[in-house]
Amino acid sequence: MAFNYDKYLRVNKMPTLWCWGCGDGVILKATIRAIEKMGWDMNEVCVVSGIGCSGRFSSYINCNTIHTTHGRTVAYATGVKLANPHVNVIVVAGDGDGLAIGGNHTIHGCRRNINLNFILINNFIYGLTNSQISPTTPQGMWCVSAQNGNIDPTFDACKLAIGAGASFVARETMLDPKKLEKILVKGFEHKGFSFFDIMSNCHINLGRKNKMASAMENLQWIDSITTPLKKWEALSEAEQLNVFPTGVLRQVEQDEYCDLYDQVIAAAQGKRGKITQDDFAKKI
Amino acid sequence: MAREVISTGNELASKAAVEAGARFFGGYPITPSSEVMHEASDLLPVVGGKFIQMEDEIAGISVALGASMTGVKSYTATSGPGISLKAEQIGLGFIAEIPLVIINVMRGGPSTGLPTRVSQADIGQAQYPTHGDYASITLCAGSLTECYTETVRGFNLAEKYMTPVFVLLDETIGHMHGKAVLPDLEEIEASIVNRARFDGPASEYKPYDVPMNKPAVLNPMFQGYTHHVTGLHHGHEGFPTEDAIQCEFNIERLVGKINVVAAENDGLDDLPDYEEYMLEDADVCIIAYGSIGLGAYEAVQKLRAEGIKAGMFRPIMLWPSPAKRIAEIGAKFKDKIFITELNMGQYTREIERIIKRNDFTTLLKANGRPIAPAEMVAKVKEMM
Repeated sequence: MAFNYDKYLRVNKMPTLWCWGCGDGVILKATIRAIEKMGWDMNEVCVVSGIGCSGRFSSYINCNTIHTTHGRTVAYATGVKLANPHVNVIVVAGDGDGLAIGGNHTIHGCRRNINLNFILINNFIYGLTNSQISPTTPQGMWCVSAQNGNIDPTFDACKLAIGAGASFVARETMLDPKKLEKILVKGFEHKGFSFFDIMSNCHINLGRKNKMASAMENLQWIDSITTPLKKWEALSEAEQLNVFPTGVLRQVEQDEYCDLYDQVIAAAQGKRGKITQDDFAKKI
Repeated sequence: MAREVISTGNELASKAAVEAGARFFGGYPITPSSEVMHEASDLLPVVGGKFIQMEDEIAGISVALGASMTGVKSYTATSGPGISLKAEQIGLGFIAEIPLVIINVMRGGPSTGLPTRVSQADIGQAQYPTHGDYASITLCAGSLTECYTETVRGFNLAEKYMTPVFVLLDETIGHMHGKAVLPDLEEIEASIVNRARFDGPASEYKPYDVPMNKPAVLNPMFQGYTHHVTGLHHGHEGFPTEDAIQCEFNIERLVGKINVVAAENDGLDDLPDYEEYMLEDADVCIIAYGSIGLGAYEAVQKLRAEGIKAGMFRPIMLWPSPAKRIAEIGAKFKDKIFITELNMGQYTREIERIIKRNDFTTLLKANGRPIAPAEMVAKVKEMM
């Protein structure tokens, strides 16, 4: 039987505002399928989005949804989760939203390892506002805010998330929705901060200006810059520079923030002593 | 029974928050407000509430708004530079109608200014903290007791009118350490206001489908009434719209639910919006608020000892201002009005606007020092 998306979508808000051929819709569908696999009750799911094309993600999915300000998604979502640890929270942000204006909140969400599922829709550009360079725009590409070509170095979002302490870090593209769904399920199952760098296309505002004017050409380019982690590891250092590894890049068991806060409550209520360094394996 | 405590203004504000039902604090350290946060980290977990120190001022308010969006009473505390950073999120609070108490312990500005010294220069910022049109509710504590009572009131107004509310302390009153007499806890608990909720079928729930000058009805999340919150202009269901008639209605309602309601009902609740001290038989009216009001009590007494019948008018709800009473004072005292504040005349402008005159005497100071009663006395003597 065909999958019933209607149960999870606000069907009266269709069609979406996204351009024809945009990857955001594929990611929305994969997210919905992953939610179904998890068996989550939509009454206990909250989707928090920021500003940009990805910001509209929250308005299409039929649950508790919050469309916040530019860059602040993780901070708002932290409030939702810490106040309601039993619910499932998905954060959706673009590369500009999550890595530029909101970079600090991304870092500290990872560091706290609070149980949020952060889907970074990485289309390498500010799409909604007509093609300004984002932290992931490759050097040498042409954008309206880099009229002579982009000189700003490219960000590796997953390296940031790993460095900041996220306990689940994965990269996938929207080229293979089945794979995407599987990796989302893995991250949703994981307790702690789950960071997904999901590479997607913007043939309208990145592609047309950089010799990949159709969705297919843009997708082929994404395919050419990604390879599964195992294959990536076999590449030479020089080759690795130009290819992003996909798959689960990090998954470790680590104290989750809401669990730790329960200890704060227990200490404040006299059910245990004050929290000390003895409570942690890592001392510095 | 009333409770006598020895405490500081900042600590009393946090005590009030928790006793008013707050169960979430998000913030970032800043002088001279940090003790509000310190106290929150101590008091909240005892009652099962949540406290989090965030990575910056913006995150400090965002996390609190996020919690409040789910239905949990929340607050944050900061000083002027922090409000500047939080400005955009305060706007989301206004347009999406999210209750939140923002405690601002005022210091000298602009910019980093005078971090450890007193000012009242954020009065204008409290009225218009962010871009766009909206109406702000701003309370100003004039004593240690009011640091407690006005914070409780701030939570009740936030829930009643579905909006962020400013509670202004200044550095002097925030750090003042002394005795305060607090209302009985049962009395406080009986006064608590909780946001209205929709009890009909979930399929018919439209959070913003409310008449002109009425606040939105935002049910707690995760209890069967799923809805969408956005900073974009939105229709009755909460989803984005650019419809001109809807947008006009939205703005008129956001402003009207506070300003029109306050004008029609002479205030937003049954509590005093101002205090009058020995004003009935006075020949000269001193207008002061916040910690400067404390000095003005003494100035009134000294002036009366010297045969000058002085009295004081002290606004507590600064925005929307107690305009009706200020107009009456303007008519009664004519040019025998003396306004003193720790800024270059931010509230003087409001009094001019209401009375439509500017023939007052003022004593304005913005150098981080308080205004001594002797300075007020000297100035009033010049007037008489």
